[in-house]
Amino acid sequence: MRLLDFLFPERRNSAAIARDRLKIVLAHERASRDAPDFLPDLQKDLLDVVGRYIEIRDDMLRVNLARSGETSLLEINVELDGAAIKPVKNGGGKTRPAPAAIVVAKPDPGSHPPWVKPG
Amino acid sequence: MSAKVIVLTSGKGGVGKTTSAAAIAAGLALRGHRTVVIDFDVGLRNLDLVMGCERRVVFDFINVINGDAKLNQALIKDRRNDNLFIFPTSQTRDKEALKRDGVERVLDELRTSFDYIICDSPAGIEHGAITALYFADTAIIVTNPEVSSVRDSDRIIGILASKSRRAEKNMDPVEVHLLLTRYAPGRVEKGEMLTIEDVKEILSIPMVGVVPESESVLRASNTGTPVVFDEGSPAGQAYLDAVARLLGEERELRFLKPGRRSLFRSLFGRA
Repeated sequence: MRLLDFLFPERRNSAAIARDRLKIVLAHERASRDAPDFLPDLQKDLLDVVGRYIEIRDDMLRVNLARSGETSLLEINVELDGAAIKPVKNGGGKTRPAPAAIVVAKPDPGSHPPWVKPG
Repeated sequence: MSAKVIVLTSGKGGVGKTTSAAAIAAGLALRGHRTVVIDFDVGLRNLDLVMGCERRVVFDFINVINGDAKLNQALIKDRRNDNLFIFPTSQTRDKEALKRDGVERVLDELRTSFDYIICDSPAGIEHGAITALYFADTAIIVTNPEVSSVRDSDRIIGILASKSRRAEKNMDPVEVHLLLTRYAPGRVEKGEMLTIEDVKEILSIPMVGVVPESESVLRASNTGTPVVFDEGSPAGQAYLDAVARLLGEERELRFLKPGRRSLFRSLFGRA
């Protein structure tokens, strides 16, 4: 069997894939389980505000509370990739010129900020 | 008296809660403890079938909660063991019939005459499941070595830590145990199934038992016999080991190697 495994290396065994997927999904779910109740409302309000200036979809704004020991950090990520700038409506009809350049911060889903312990 | 309330819960359905509740209750009774096993799955009564007493149900849990029947009218005494009683649930579609204060009253009454109260929780995280786990002193998380079951178990462990009576009243936390069922050593060996260590590491709660996938489990439910009464069954033996561990005894895990069946046994024997 071992020799056969060596000669015909299969894909990684499925149990190992199951274990790794579970570890990742549970790490995220445990973090959000302990999150305060107001986070969804905050996210909705922020979407309203940001949405007045930029056309964004709901999934482009993420709110997360990270805890590490005594420190808590409220993290708000707004993805601007491909977002269209709207004319400002609440400035008395005046259209503000679009900023020359928008720095697009694209969160890398694989990496964690230093204060978040992966797993 | 200080009867212990043990809740079998899982989040996910079909992992073996009712089979395990029947086996553990019967195992405790075999060890000489007065034990009652309660079906919390209102509307989907099945413990009576698994325990083989479906034709003896007259009154049920909801009747007693509502005061329509006395507790001793609803309790069914097992015909195989004098220490074992079955408390069937109702087939009503009104899930809210399981009122928390009513359940508490009934459990308090049961505490006076039993050593162990085993609660078979419904699947899910709705009213019935939350009511069952609320009163737990000990919780047994029934889990299959499979992604959706492990994930749901993790969720239930979180709910136990925040929503149980012990959490609400700042008492000692619920004692949580993992019971891994439908474990197939052959598939684990081939890398097709999560190992015991994987599940233990992911859920990080102590293991009270590992029950191998076994033909005897279906045979037991076919005949309405808790699997611990089948002496030749590996699953029955594994449940008896789990009961011993619940009682504080040390037992090595068994049945973790793929079974090698002899030709004679494959032809004439039973699993």
